[in-house]
Amino acid sequence: MEDHVRMRLIKNHIFKGTVVLFAFISLLPLLLILYYITKNGISVINWDFLMNLPRPIGETGGGVFNAIIGTIILIALSCVFSIPFGIAAGIYLAENSVGKLGNLVRLCVIVLQGTPSIVIGIIAYLWVVAPLHTFSALSGGVALSIMMLPVIVKTTEETLKLIPYHLKEASLALGVPYYKTILKVILPSGLSGILTGILLSVARITGETAPLLFTAFGSQFMNWNIFKPIDSLPYRIFYYAMSPYPEWHTFAWGASFILVVLTLAFNLIARGVSIKWKIQF
Amino acid sequence: MKMGKQQTGTDRSERRFTKTLMVSAVLIACLLFAIALTLLIESIPAIKTFGLGFFIGKTWNAASEKFGALPFLVGTLLTSFLALLISIPFSIAISIFLGEYFKEGALSTFLRSSVEVLAGIPSVIYGLWGLFLLMPLARAIEIRLGVPPHGVGIFTSSLILAIMVIPFSASIGREVITLVPSDLKEAAYSLGATRFEVLKNIVIPYARSGIIAGILLALGRAIGETMAVTMLIGNSNFLPTGIFSPANTMASVIANEFAEATGIVSSSLIYIALVLFLVTMLVNIIGNYIIQKISIEASKEVT
Repeated sequence: MEDHVRMRLIKNHIFKGTVVLFAFISLLPLLLILYYITKNGISVINWDFLMNLPRPIGETGGGVFNAIIGTIILIALSCVFSIPFGIAAGIYLAENSVGKLGNLVRLCVIVLQGTPSIVIGIIAYLWVVAPLHTFSALSGGVALSIMMLPVIVKTTEETLKLIPYHLKEASLALGVPYYKTILKVILPSGLSGILTGILLSVARITGETAPLLFTAFGSQFMNWNIFKPIDSLPYRIFYYAMSPYPEWHTFAWGASFILVVLTLAFNLIARGVSIKWKIQF
Repeated sequence: MKMGKQQTGTDRSERRFTKTLMVSAVLIACLLFAIALTLLIESIPAIKTFGLGFFIGKTWNAASEKFGALPFLVGTLLTSFLALLISIPFSIAISIFLGEYFKEGALSTFLRSSVEVLAGIPSVIYGLWGLFLLMPLARAIEIRLGVPPHGVGIFTSSLILAIMVIPFSASIGREVITLVPSDLKEAAYSLGATRFEVLKNIVIPYARSGIIAGILLALGRAIGETMAVTMLIGNSNFLPTGIFSPANTMASVIANEFAEATGIVSSSLIYIALVLFLVTMLVNIIGNYIIQKISIEASKEVT
């Protein structure tokens, strides 16, 4: 009897040990990735690297200035395309929690979120690049905005659903029209949640490469024209990583360092917004 | 009179507002249908030429204009399932760790934020890291095993994919494990069960379908994952001969070839994209359906 109980306890401890062990082993890659990026990346980062254009192989130096600007332009474009649209659809879903259209749209959002980024790249190519006969920042923005959209819709819907019903009732009871209630009472109360969603979706698209392969394409030059190919950090990393030149490999690490800092910053700001501006009901 | 006018003005804005909301929602549904339709239309030339035989054709050759997607199907299936197999013990361990053993506290916060960071690292950086760490590692293993030391290939891609999907299935697993009603667990504890026995006999069986849904959604992720795999799989259009041989997945062949493709090549690649789209759609719908059902059941039991 004693032995039997002891066996069960031992089994219990072994299992707990295994779970803890496996959980922490899976953090090993993260540590290694961060270590590699810092070790190889930080030594490349300097003012020249940040403020110069890429140079052809053979010339030393050069940087990723155009890629940083390109990434910012792409993010701005996709925000312009997806935010108004996504928030409006999110409000619709929050306000119509039952109903056929709502359910259909919710399903579409789920499917859209799971659609592989490379497929969205092809779509942006067929919709924007092929008719205009040129790779362009615009098409990259379209591809990335399709990736942002489901995240924004979902977070908007979930945030607005959490807002207590009596807030809305109080506003309506005072004779405020429905649309003003939504725009002036409900939406501001949910602002922090919506902002968090937008920031998270931006963090998600900042590192996306696959949809840019045949849309924004990449460029060695500084470009402000959204109808021309544009460079981006993830594309530059891909380009440098796949090249056979060791010097370019170190550049890839440098660009990776910037990209990781950028995505982590977006994630941290998102978390900060959601904690600091959280409205308690 | 004045009041009446104001009323109609409000009514008009009201209607305009609700209409705008509805149109945005409808447009999202339209967007998805437009995506499906575009893929279908653009792949018609390939569908007409190759039909369903496309998926059993072993050769992908631009010179002879013969296109079969079997190598890529096999490549995708091998990498995704191998990745899942590798990731499952880890993601379940994390789910149990966060959902049962350490629900709160510093350790839990640490693990959870680390997993979140892991999920946020861009795919292309996984690829870069894989090229410099996993590839030499795989090469060393291949030399030890006496197979051709490519370094890149299905095995390497599966490793990187496994690391990439762990956060995904772990977070879903954690959620469903926390949904297990505590009265069930307490009943078992009061009968003298150890924590391991509660987990084995109550928590895991109860959360099983949710955990499976999480794994299914991770599979959807793995199937569609492009960049890291493209960088590590070796870009070979021949049928893979083993788990160490270079190959191409459906996503990576598109990434490698679409920019230069024209005519029937382009159409064939879009055909592959269409299949990729449909498969991930199916996987996502099933996975989400299971999770939704579980959360509805759980909320019923609370009330």
